[in-house]
Amino acid sequence: MHRRHLLTTAFLLTLGAPRLTLTESGAPATLTVFAAASLSDAFKELGTLLEQREPGLSVRFSFAGSQQLALQLQQGADADVFASADQRWMGVVTDSGLVAGESHLFARNRLVVIVPASNPARIDRLEDLVRRGTKLILAAEAVPVGKYSREVLDKLSTAPGFPADFTKRVQANVVSQEDNVKAIVGKVQLGEADAGIVYRSDVTPAVARMVHVLEIPDSYNVLASYPIAVLKSSRNASRAQAFVDLVLSPEGQVVLKKYGLIPAGASAPAGAGT
Amino acid sequence: MTGVRVPVRQLALRSGVGILLGMLLILLALPLLSVLLRVTPATLIDRLHQPVVIQALKLSLIASAAATLVVVLLGLPAAYLLATRRFPGKRVVEVLVDLPMVLPPTVAGFALLLAFGRAGLAGHVLHWFGVSLPFTTLGVVVAQVFMAIPFFISPARAGLASVERRYLDAASTLRASEAYTFFHVMLPLSLPSLLAGTAMAWARALGEFGATITFAGNLPGVTQTMPLAVYVEMQNDLDSAVALSVLLLVMSFTLLVGLRYAPGGLFWKADASGDAR
Repeated sequence: MHRRHLLTTAFLLTLGAPRLTLTESGAPATLTVFAAASLSDAFKELGTLLEQREPGLSVRFSFAGSQQLALQLQQGADADVFASADQRWMGVVTDSGLVAGESHLFARNRLVVIVPASNPARIDRLEDLVRRGTKLILAAEAVPVGKYSREVLDKLSTAPGFPADFTKRVQANVVSQEDNVKAIVGKVQLGEADAGIVYRSDVTPAVARMVHVLEIPDSYNVLASYPIAVLKSSRNASRAQAFVDLVLSPEGQVVLKKYGLIPAGASAPAGAGT
Repeated sequence: MTGVRVPVRQLALRSGVGILLGMLLILLALPLLSVLLRVTPATLIDRLHQPVVIQALKLSLIASAAATLVVVLLGLPAAYLLATRRFPGKRVVEVLVDLPMVLPPTVAGFALLLAFGRAGLAGHVLHWFGVSLPFTTLGVVVAQVFMAIPFFISPARAGLASVERRYLDAASTLRASEAYTFFHVMLPLSLPSLLAGTAMAWARALGEFGATITFAGNLPGVTQTMPLAVYVEMQNDLDSAVALSVLLLVMSFTLLVGLRYAPGGLFWKADASGDAR
């Protein structure tokens, strides 16, 4: 009896433990932004910008594949803002009833093929990707960039000069399916892979020194759409909104552009839930 | 009043310990239970037939078996020398063989990439021999060996060191060679520790995640072992992730119970952890 009581007490204690929170009125506030890995550099700068404007505010980021972040949010992770690299995962989060208001499209991105500066497999044109034994890294299909990459390969299969089985042959060269775009950048930078498909914005100045970029023509490229939204779980909604506003503002768009993203222009609703 | 104080304090202490123990048990048992309760047995059996699950299971069994073999092959001589000899640089060797136990696996994977990757320090040598590790099953095995080796060497060394001096003296009086003494005296006497170390190393290899995904990458059928598949399927098909988790859980649990309660006291007991018998 006695022992059972103890266990019950312990269990109730854990359940009833107060959540440690910082309220809106609390002096040092923290804003947590869940953002697609491809936004890392641009968002860090925007975060610093907001911190300078709002003394006492600290913005912290969790950068990962959008699918990973969406899953964490579904499992109850606390965050104030979610920025996804595609509509699909924003839709999942919206459908789970986690978004406050609606999401807004704030940027677009293009895909490029990167090869190590030493170019070990001598990939000079996109057609070279079909060469047998080429070590190509893509993101897994669940990752936005992984899905976009496969769409681009399908489109290229219809391009003049490309074999009809282009997708199949290129997919046969895939040696790894990474769980976020930065992992692809890392392995190509190191020269371990012969090529990878990433976003234009991933070729930051630091990365550009280590890789060559093969452009994918616009007509065969995919325009990745980035929606952003304030989350219902936010305990600091006004500041979360301030971050979203900054991202959507002309000033924020300039920062995004600086890091290779394409400004979305007007802050049109992204049509959440699609 | 003074007569009451002691029991009250004792009671408080006891309930304090009880609450802490309860919290620990909840922390440990609840996640395991949650995995088991997540899907119905029917869904579970259905998911166990999914290609992604079967591929990962097959790869995990093959890679971890190979890794365990290499671990024993490389680890046994090291454990023997560490248990029986004094030599210059022994301290360095001791730290080195223990290092993977405390090293974050992603750091290990990254370091392996910088060393044995194509562009790595030793990569050119490997390339010359026609060996490529990143993105291959062989790379998975290397990552697993790296992470698992201390789990074999520690108990193996302790087991070998605990063989009583008088048996060895008797053997040498009978003019048995060192090799003969090792195989016919030390090995049988320390077998429980060696087997326990082998089992622990196998479990570690089976569960390896961070070093594998960093060093070897993630491709179904080639480098996507069960832990990697759990991670990827979590974002894809939750039920498959649960099925794989249950499978891993059952394997680890069986191993642990086997270690504890093997018939005939074949394996070491937790309290006589090989270093003192």
